[in-house]
Amino acid sequence: MNLLSIALRNLRYRKLASFLTALSMALGVALVVLVLTISGVIEKSLEKTSNVGYNLIVGAKGSPLQLVFNTVFFLSQPVENVPYAYYMEYLPADGRQKEYQRIGGELKEPERSGLYSFLMQGGFAIPLCMGDYVDEFRCVATTPDYFGLLKHGDLNDQDYRFSQGRNFVDYSEENGFFEAVVGSQVADRLGLKPGSEIFASHGAESGQAHGQGFVVVGILEPTGSPNDRGAFVNIEGFYLLEGHVAPERDEESGLEKRGTAQGPQRQGVLSKVRLPVEKREVTAILLKPNGFAAMSMEKQINKTKFAQAVSPIGQIEGLLGVFVRPLRWALLGLTSLVVIVSAISILVSIYNSMNDRKKDIAVMRALGASRDHITAIILLESLLIALAGGLVGWLVGHALGPLSNAWTMPTTGVKIDWFAVQSRWELWIVPGLVFLGTMAGAIPAMAAYRTPVARNL
Amino acid sequence: MSQSQDCALLSICDLKKFYDQPGGGKLTILDVPEFQIARGEQVVLRGESGSGKTTLLHVISGIVPADSGSIRLEGVELMRFSEAKRDRIRAAKMGYVFQTFNLLPAFTALENVRLGMSFARGKLDIERAKDLLNRVGLHDRMHYLPGQLSVGQQQRVAVARALVNRPILLLADEPTANVDPANQERMIELIAKQCQEESVALLLVTHSDAVASRFSRVEQLSKINRALQTASV
Repeated sequence: MNLLSIALRNLRYRKLASFLTALSMALGVALVVLVLTISGVIEKSLEKTSNVGYNLIVGAKGSPLQLVFNTVFFLSQPVENVPYAYYMEYLPADGRQKEYQRIGGELKEPERSGLYSFLMQGGFAIPLCMGDYVDEFRCVATTPDYFGLLKHGDLNDQDYRFSQGRNFVDYSEENGFFEAVVGSQVADRLGLKPGSEIFASHGAESGQAHGQGFVVVGILEPTGSPNDRGAFVNIEGFYLLEGHVAPERDEESGLEKRGTAQGPQRQGVLSKVRLPVEKREVTAILLKPNGFAAMSMEKQINKTKFAQAVSPIGQIEGLLGVFVRPLRWALLGLTSLVVIVSAISILVSIYNSMNDRKKDIAVMRALGASRDHITAIILLESLLIALAGGLVGWLVGHALGPLSNAWTMPTTGVKIDWFAVQSRWELWIVPGLVFLGTMAGAIPAMAAYRTPVARNL
Repeated sequence: MSQSQDCALLSICDLKKFYDQPGGGKLTILDVPEFQIARGEQVVLRGESGSGKTTLLHVISGIVPADSGSIRLEGVELMRFSEAKRDRIRAAKMGYVFQTFNLLPAFTALENVRLGMSFARGKLDIERAKDLLNRVGLHDRMHYLPGQLSVGQQQRVAVARALVNRPILLLADEPTANVDPANQERMIELIAKQCQEESVALLLVTHSDAVASRFSRVEQLSKINRALQTASV
């Protein structure tokens, strides 16, 4: 029999102790794998979502991270808005003039181009209004460009497609301004299909529903992004709902002037009367300037009094660096402690068995085993427990990931494959187990090394 | 009559072994001026309990080192070797049958026998192990654990284990002490016969007259070991 088979036989003879110590190691390693898998999924999801297809988000002055959370992830609540006229300054070429002609109302210098239009050649600016809900899902008011110009996917090269229906339009003969598109999860959860009507609740999930509904004309194919959880309504129709008119504000104090938040008179759903420019606000503007203008634009906008510009990639990377990665290290530290405690339990278990095994060791020495043979057998036992427990833990940790796909994939868009390694740090598990197994076996091995032979025969 | 040292298998000369006494000073356990065993010879060393029989076997086998003197095996001086080298020589050239059998409880009869060849260099010969178990009458007990074997069966496994690596010298320490009287003779016959068939020299220590009477050469430890003569004086 070789040393390995002797070690295996010894472990089998002490089945219960071997099983329990291996189990504790399996638990520790499973936790480590889970932490690495989950943090890997979170990182991938955030990185995937950060690849949004536009360079900047412009919104009211405030927390840059809150603006990104609200705009990209549909989390948090919008804090403040910026005037629609401000959005028009970003329309490329003669977009500002055309927009004014389309909407009407009061606008200073309507004949000029937007102040940033020269930086937007070949790019786009898409407005968003947020704050309403459709059931538990965020209601986003925007233009058809949202699904017409933006792309999605890991490489941001996939067009938005509709599993049913089509994108909404600015105005249709059938539905007027009141068309909507919903994400796949919204459709599944609320049982929606083209032709269904949705009603936005003002300000919160439990807020009062607006009297006017929107007709669902399209359902998005799953994208694995937060857009799967959004209800997107035509911004023109959004402005015509009660409570969505921007009040006049005192220039000095910024306070609302009472009695000024009145919308236009509409005659029915198919009325073509639009809310004028001066009565509109937007929560966020998605910008894609030309070339390398994004960085200089970001600086310029941030110098202004009431607006800020943030790079979503930068903020998400910051979130990863400040929160996600440190949290991962903290959890890894905790789970590694569990593994170390398991290694200590291996040490204690084998060391406690040394007393009962003195005679066996003496017999093997009498049969010609050297001290090194005996030491090797004890170290092998410790290593086998550590590696066997670690293997089981690795399998369990990886099995839990794919089993949770039904819940995590719709939320994060990341699919966890069987035994896929989410983080390169996982490659350190085997060397770590070998190290711990050796350390755990060292003290019992030394005790075995020093066992007096003659006295124990 | 002793053989000349040149052609002796085992040759001991001026061997001394001391143990430290609890109150200080040293107690001489072994003081053997001369002792030899020829190839294939079967020798009984008879002595009472506490006379140093086991210690002598331990020193010969290298389990414990002697304090001075010479132990030659096939003409090679063992005293100059390190502990690890002595272990290898013991594994390769000596077999040991213990008083209490000392089978490892975690291993089957076959595995206990195979253990006898695990620590010597060379290929493990499972067929040799099976053959020896057959010869000692345990062909149908190979996969039994020691706890499932009778005392006599355990001792037979111990004999097979001691011979499995084709040693040149078998050391047996009171091999019948834990065997009932009815089986003692059978056990001694088994050991003697197997050693004869394998051409293995045998050094058997015992306090039993009945056991000693089976063999032609019986040495009294009290005559070989001067430490006993000094103590009795």
